[in-house]
Amino acid sequence: MDALEAVRLRPVSPRLGRRRFADRVFRAAVFGAVIVVLMPLAAILGTIVVRGAPALNWDFLTSLPKPVGETGGGVGHAILGTLILALGGLLMAVPVGVPAGVFLASDRMPRLAGAIRMCADVLAGVPSIVVGMFAYTLLVLPFKQFSALAGAFALSVIMLPTIARTTEEVVRLVPSTLTEAALALGAPRWRVMLKVVLPSAGKGVAAGIIAAFSRGAGETAPLMFTAFGSQFLSFSPLQPIAALPLVLFNYAVSPYDDWHAQAWAAALVLAALVLAGNVIARFATARRSS
Amino acid sequence: MPSRPKSSRVDTAFHATLVLAGLGVATVLAGVAWEVLSLSGEALSKGGIGFLTGTTWDPVTEEFGALPALYGTLLTSAVALVIAVPLGIGSAVFLSEIATSRVATVVGVLVDLLAAIPSVIYGLWGLFVLAPLLREHVQPAVQAVFGDFPLFAGTPLGVGYGTAGLLLAIMVIPVITSVSREVLRAVPETQREAATALGATRFEVIRGTVLPYARRGLVGAVVLGLGRALGETMAVTMVIGNRYDISASLFAPGYTLAAVIANEFSEAFSPHYLSALAGLAVVLLGTTLILNAGARLLVRGVATGGARKNGDRHRFSRKSVSVPISVPSSDPGKEAPDGRP
Repeated sequence: MDALEAVRLRPVSPRLGRRRFADRVFRAAVFGAVIVVLMPLAAILGTIVVRGAPALNWDFLTSLPKPVGETGGGVGHAILGTLILALGGLLMAVPVGVPAGVFLASDRMPRLAGAIRMCADVLAGVPSIVVGMFAYTLLVLPFKQFSALAGAFALSVIMLPTIARTTEEVVRLVPSTLTEAALALGAPRWRVMLKVVLPSAGKGVAAGIIAAFSRGAGETAPLMFTAFGSQFLSFSPLQPIAALPLVLFNYAVSPYDDWHAQAWAAALVLAALVLAGNVIARFATARRSS
Repeated sequence: MPSRPKSSRVDTAFHATLVLAGLGVATVLAGVAWEVLSLSGEALSKGGIGFLTGTTWDPVTEEFGALPALYGTLLTSAVALVIAVPLGIGSAVFLSEIATSRVATVVGVLVDLLAAIPSVIYGLWGLFVLAPLLREHVQPAVQAVFGDFPLFAGTPLGVGYGTAGLLLAIMVIPVITSVSREVLRAVPETQREAATALGATRFEVIRGTVLPYARRGLVGAVVLGLGRALGETMAVTMVIGNRYDISASLFAPGYTLAAVIANEFSEAFSPHYLSALAGLAVVLLGTTLILNAGARLLVRGVATGGARKNGDRHRFSRKSVSVPISVPSSDPGKEAPDGRP
């Protein structure tokens, strides 16, 4: 008993106290970092809800904007426009992005795949305003007309790398035994890919597409000189079209209090749209991997 | 080859389709670079190096110099990194090394949420919440402490380099945190176990083995964050103050490359004006492309074990091996005696 006490009481190391203290300080510091990082999230979401909710009602969601000075009016055209633009972007990005992702995961021609992977990553890092300029020179300048088509194209460029890389990742997760079993049965590679690999990776691919959709829906900069915005409901691909982020920006930098209030409500709608897409994508992937 | 079976030919066609799609991605990237370069050709060839070093931006006299915008882009990004790097990497360390897995999952989701918020919403919040807060409370307080220090000189406007940098920091932190977390996750568990078995505290494990091992990947995470900061448009446009000028003060209004393009592109009335704006895009694109390519290489280097080169330089192995061995612990399950007498 006494011997044991003596062992316990002996100073194990003269520096131990200081080391433990440093450890505590460190733990507290990184914990504090997380708290500081999460504060803006709470602040931003909180403000959107508090300031956006009062102006939010059915009329706001469905009607068209009113001229300055008249109360009321809404962003129905912009909600629809954002959905059209983001869906149009998907229509262009998915047919290229998904096969490109399958190629990246196929491990045939690894050098080319490496180069293309690099391209996809670099493309993901291209500033979105530059993407907008690209779409402008390609689809606005020749036609001398801002258009929904140009806006959707710009969004598709932004969605493309996301779709390609997530497709690659989820296709890689398909167990090789599954592929090998199908190949051993004599199925050609393309059948294996279409009937075995893609169906079992389907949820993951879908999640990537939804994530790309919600990213595209939130983009403003690439739409400023492509889709341009509009005061009216528009379904024509060759006419300018409204988008929620554009309306939000224009209202926010305007001098009118009424528009500021509408900007907050638009932010609430946009955040709900984008975050919902994100959460859906997350749940889809979570179920797949568990 | 006519003798090959049909399925094989279909196979080849299928593979060719996939390759084509892959090349499509590369084509888009090349197209972006090509179109922007060719649009900017006139301004770049006419202005030459003067386009980069000029400080005037006058569409009427068609005199275009990019320096103030480039300065604003670099300064706001630098401010963002100074704030975001310690917080972002600190959070990643907490999530991967200290938090329980449940806490890490929840916080990880929240951090991803922060990354998913559209930048125009950050801008709205920055314009109506952050800027007034800084103008009325923070900036006067800072000036009261520092007096006439040039970094904080001028009238507190709320908008300017500092506000844009702070807002960018908030937007960049989730990038740095989630990439750093991936990098830290790739550090082999054996590294931590070895250090822990030698009696190191958690802090010593992290500082001595985990961080040195992950160093290159962490640099990559930071550069990725920097890439986002440089290219960010909407949020910055809303809080930068839109003054085409160079000022040493963080409280002064300024401009950035992306913000100039966003504000002026759709009203560019002459081909030369348009070309000058494309010139700004080339400067921006060049900066971000180089940084991004470098960052990807760094991150990949860690994933494929490139960091092992640094293995012999782990601080832990040099410095503190002898210390923890003297810890007499009667029960081997404990890291260290728990502070009881």
